[in-house]
Amino acid sequence: MTLNRRDFVTTTIGLAASLAAPMVMAAGKPRVVVIGGGAGGATAARHLAEASKGALDVTLVEPTRKYYTCFFSNLYLGGFQEFAALGHTYGKLAADFGVNVVHDWAVGIDRDAKTVSLAGGGTLPYDRLILSPGIDFVDGAVPGWDITAQNAMPHAYKAGSQTQLLKAQIEAMPAGGVYAMIAPPNPFRCPPGPYERISMVAHRLKQINPTAKILIVDPKEKFSKQALFEDGWMRHYGGMVERVGPDFGAANTSVDPAAMTVDIDGEVTKVDVCNVIPAQKAGRICETAGITDGNWVPVNPHTMQARADENIHVLGDASAQGDMPKSGFSANSQAKVAVMAVRGALTDSRVFPAKYSNTCWSLLGTDDGVKVGAAYEATDEKIASVESFISQTGEDAALRKQTYEESLGWYAGITADMFG
Amino acid sequence: MLKRRKRSILAGSALLAWAAFAPAVMAERIGDAERGAEIYRKCAACHMVGAQAKNRIGPHLNGIFGRKAAALDGFRYSDAMRRAGADGLIWELDKLDAYLENPKALVTGTRMSFAGIRSLDDRHDVLAYLRTFSDKPRDIPEASPTAVAHEVALAPEVLAMAGDRDYGEYLSSECLTCHRKDGSDRGIPAITGWRNEDFVVAMHAYRQKLRPHPVMQMMAGRLSDEEIAALAAYFAALE
Repeated sequence: MTLNRRDFVTTTIGLAASLAAPMVMAAGKPRVVVIGGGAGGATAARHLAEASKGALDVTLVEPTRKYYTCFFSNLYLGGFQEFAALGHTYGKLAADFGVNVVHDWAVGIDRDAKTVSLAGGGTLPYDRLILSPGIDFVDGAVPGWDITAQNAMPHAYKAGSQTQLLKAQIEAMPAGGVYAMIAPPNPFRCPPGPYERISMVAHRLKQINPTAKILIVDPKEKFSKQALFEDGWMRHYGGMVERVGPDFGAANTSVDPAAMTVDIDGEVTKVDVCNVIPAQKAGRICETAGITDGNWVPVNPHTMQARADENIHVLGDASAQGDMPKSGFSANSQAKVAVMAVRGALTDSRVFPAKYSNTCWSLLGTDDGVKVGAAYEATDEKIASVESFISQTGEDAALRKQTYEESLGWYAGITADMFG
Repeated sequence: MLKRRKRSILAGSALLAWAAFAPAVMAERIGDAERGAEIYRKCAACHMVGAQAKNRIGPHLNGIFGRKAAALDGFRYSDAMRRAGADGLIWELDKLDAYLENPKALVTGTRMSFAGIRSLDDRHDVLAYLRTFSDKPRDIPEASPTAVAHEVALAPEVLAMAGDRDYGEYLSSECLTCHRKDGSDRGIPAITGWRNEDFVVAMHAYRQKLRPHPVMQMMAGRLSDEEIAALAAYFAALE
């Protein structure tokens, strides 16, 4: 059962009279509003509500009723996952943990009044706000492309219909056609993501269109797990994948969605699919709230509080925190630290030193999984990496298969952790 | 013999001191193979060695040194052992020693229901005996540099440490990103409902990098004794 907003208001007023708030809160239970129901926000809402056992009012604002995870969406492109398996709903957060789930867009934040305004017209007051809005694209990042061109040249970097569209386009390519990816500059969501996508697109094309070509136009000198990916492409898809780096003008690239062409430093190429992944910035609600510095929101590494406003915690891709990559795993890890900090501030629960970790699995081909990860601690300046590991080239097939199976286990684990 | 007895007793208490004295002992040789043959009788009910050896309740142990865990064709290993093998567990001297000392510390979920051999000498004697069933016993290092750097057995005060459950609950949130709270295994092993001691020794074995998994080595590597105790207390109490 999902409470609608009117129910939520009634419930709050009803409970306010009967429950003693652990801290002095004139209006009743402390209120936490979470904006964004992804790896950061859903995790935060669930654990806040679960751990505080009714001592906090937790509201989650998320526009979509069904959330499609970006992580594992590449596996759908490769044919290793069903699209439906990427979708998750918020029913358990509401029913099992008592989170008030509001399906609406947060369009404004009044930091003085401590309220969030919704596209539907409502206003939500908060004592603490958790922002986990993910990414938006930087305007003009790839000349010739803007969001209105996303049907001709999909980004598929927010999972859902864009992912389905990209898969349909790949599968409709003419024999021997060209799939081009315009890769993003750093920093961006999921550092291995574009390259795992290349692996998955190659896997699919090898099945249905073996003479097709893949062209990566990459403004970066190097990328995450590069040796592992390049080794995998060679072994599984030899000759199919070509990458043009900044040495060959990739940083000076424009596209023409009407003509389906890519212009790399003056050289125009006709392509059949063009997957444009533009430069990224924090979800625009952060800019609206006035807490960004450049494209991202600087945060306190101990608590994930925005440097500009201690009543707002910012999680995941939107935050500038230091060494952690922008990933679902990172957002989930950061959510737990924020939950502890918020509970400590609003209730009498104990506070412990922040610990963070991240692991990113990538699939290169059938039963060929690799991973990279690190553990982090908070310093006053940043979240700092303290230890790391990465899969090695030349690992045996049993280990690679196990790594892939482990990634399936992780998906089951993190989605249960997020959505109950 | 008297000297040996004395050493055994010493060894017992040296477990507490992380076997600080042991390198000198190991540098000479692994142990007394003849005496090991006697001790091996308790293993022989399940594990054959020698020319006619084949797999029985347990796999045969010819050529065990340097072999990857769960590598024999035709033997049905536990999921846990197969996972350890795929993760890269190689039966080197120090791993065999740790496994003999407490099988669960190295491979939680192993089918080998064996309490372990507490005495360092006894273990080394058994290993010296097993070594004679290797193809090239000469090539096995008498004592590789890492052979005694680890000791699974923990000081009683570390094992007895009462964990702070609240702290364990916070720390556990990091585990639960991958391991499922309902105790199911969907590709990553379950960690709920373990005996407190099993949990503690397993985490210490990761911290010492005796267990092979890189993520777990990293996660455990930054946990203090108190933090491991806190996690054990939390997970042991999970329904």
